[in-house]
Amino acid sequence: MNYFLTEEQQMIRDLAAKIAVEKAAPVVAELDEKEEFPWEVMKTLASSDLFGVYLPEEYGGFGGGVFELCLVTEELSKVCCGMGVCYAASALGTLPILLFGSDAQKQKYLPDIAAGKKLAAFGLTEANAGSDAAAVATTAVRDNDSYVLNGTKQWITNAGEAEVYTVIAITDKAKGIRGASAFIVEKGTPGFSFGQKEKKMGIRCSATRELVFQDCRIPKENIIGREGMGFIVAMKTLDRARPGVASQGVGLAQGALDHAIRYSRERVQFGQAISSFQAIQHMLADMATQTEAARALTYASARMIDSGDDSISREAAMAKLFATDVCMKVTTDAVQIFGGYGYMREYPVEKMMRDAKILQIYEGTNQIQRNVIGLALIKEMAKKKV
Amino acid sequence: MNIIVCIKQVPDTGSVKIDPETNTLIRSGVPSIINPFDLNAVELGLSLKDEQGGKVNVITMGPPQADEALRSTLAMGADNACLLSDRAFAGADTLATSYTLSMAVKKIGNFDLILCGKQAIDGDTAQVGPELAEILGIPQVTNVSKLIEVKDTTIVVEQELEDGCEIVEVERPCLLTVTKEINKPRMPSLKNSMRAKKAEIPVWKASDIDADEARIGLKGSATQVVKIFDPPKRTDRRILQGDVDEMATELAKELRKRLL
Repeated sequence: MNYFLTEEQQMIRDLAAKIAVEKAAPVVAELDEKEEFPWEVMKTLASSDLFGVYLPEEYGGFGGGVFELCLVTEELSKVCCGMGVCYAASALGTLPILLFGSDAQKQKYLPDIAAGKKLAAFGLTEANAGSDAAAVATTAVRDNDSYVLNGTKQWITNAGEAEVYTVIAITDKAKGIRGASAFIVEKGTPGFSFGQKEKKMGIRCSATRELVFQDCRIPKENIIGREGMGFIVAMKTLDRARPGVASQGVGLAQGALDHAIRYSRERVQFGQAISSFQAIQHMLADMATQTEAARALTYASARMIDSGDDSISREAAMAKLFATDVCMKVTTDAVQIFGGYGYMREYPVEKMMRDAKILQIYEGTNQIQRNVIGLALIKEMAKKKV
Repeated sequence: MNIIVCIKQVPDTGSVKIDPETNTLIRSGVPSIINPFDLNAVELGLSLKDEQGGKVNVITMGPPQADEALRSTLAMGADNACLLSDRAFAGADTLATSYTLSMAVKKIGNFDLILCGKQAIDGDTAQVGPELAEILGIPQVTNVSKLIEVKDTTIVVEQELEDGCEIVEVERPCLLTVTKEINKPRMPSLKNSMRAKKAEIPVWKASDIDADEARIGLKGSATQVVKIFDPPKRTDRRILQGDVDEMATELAKELRKRLL
């Protein structure tokens, strides 16, 4: 399908694909096995300028948007969804600064992030605040020129590896979700430490740890926006990050599909390649059609966001929901086409199916995405006053 | 430090097939790549530039499509590139090629270092680098596997020999040919890719470099390829089995039979 990419977008995609194939692919299985962070690949992405594709030129970026972010994420995820999330999660951690940060904050943090010298991470989830993000219990108390943070964030992607963290904490408990605020916390700040690295089912090269705040004192200038804006910062950030998760799904599905097609042409049963059987062809046809539809929806939602449209929650949720459900199905079917071999670690689709599952869970479960979409539908109809 | 890197565009040997009828390489439809060792030379040039400053100039002699190879070195960060392309250059052997390159080097002028890959993966001659140094009358070190130190007027490198290594200090300007052990070529960057896309790459003809017509192309070549063929497969090979004594006896018997 031709998506009419600009020359620059094609260049971004081709460069990301080159890095994915030449630098990432050879180490995918090893890093998955060792649960080791893909620093070499991240450094290559950095020196190739790919961390700045979605950031403004004045901050050292390339001047693109969510769409460009999706192109890189998709190419990486074709080869390894874990590497895709290491890259995309840095953007997730950066978006609050980009969207709501002061000029001074942007000047201070964005150039290093654009250059890939620093990774970022986003901290919202807690042990008792998952889908119910309003249940956040981490607190930030104003004390003269500082805020003092206490509490623990859970399952934070890039934790420990990133230098810059954007964290949601409660500044006024009485106000409920309107009492939440967003802060920038730098790695190395006294009172800020990390929990054990989690052992995960998939995306095992990515780092997932707790952020632990114990009387962690940060300058008051590190608040993003104003007190009480935390929930809005989080929601707007997630809206814009969702096509990124969707593109992980698209990339991973495409990667699994490509493996399945290749394998089906090589695998001989009953005296012929299994690709000659209609049962296999129909599976491949469905996988390809669903993947392409997911890509189209993902690109459309990303382009809508980049056009400056502000009411994008529904479209972003649709892209995330559809692309990640498709990804789970396509990777499962890829394992099916590989048969017994597909279940073995020696073949790549086993990892791909493990990686796919998290996409239906993180950055808003697909049930929450349906809530977002459903609510938007009802609101829209109510406005029509028919 | 001003550096000139000589590269060659070669068929991707991984995808080259031999026509069983004519026993020649089927070149059509085969993707072209930059000779892998030349990429190591480009990387060495770029890393020296990163440390010492200066410019990296990349040259190649080839058909018009070699422009693409030069652009990919600009995307890695090379400053300038030029393409030596002229029908008169066609059919050049290593001697005519190195003469042609030497004339381009003279035209560029002002260089501290010339870098080449140790050999090209298509011809495998490993001659162009050494010949170029001889024509220019500058010292050379072949098969450089490590850069040890850049001094004021010299450069210290490790040269790979058949059964060991030698540390060599050489006066600049000089020419080095490099092995793949010396570094890992970098990926292109987005900014350099943009620049590469728009860059104007000059095409120099024989007249642009004041080349002597008798020394370029087929006319200037001391050698000619008469035929390319697959070596015939040997069918008389045997792998001996059994314990050492048995195998040694069998081997001795066999050798005696053949030598007599």
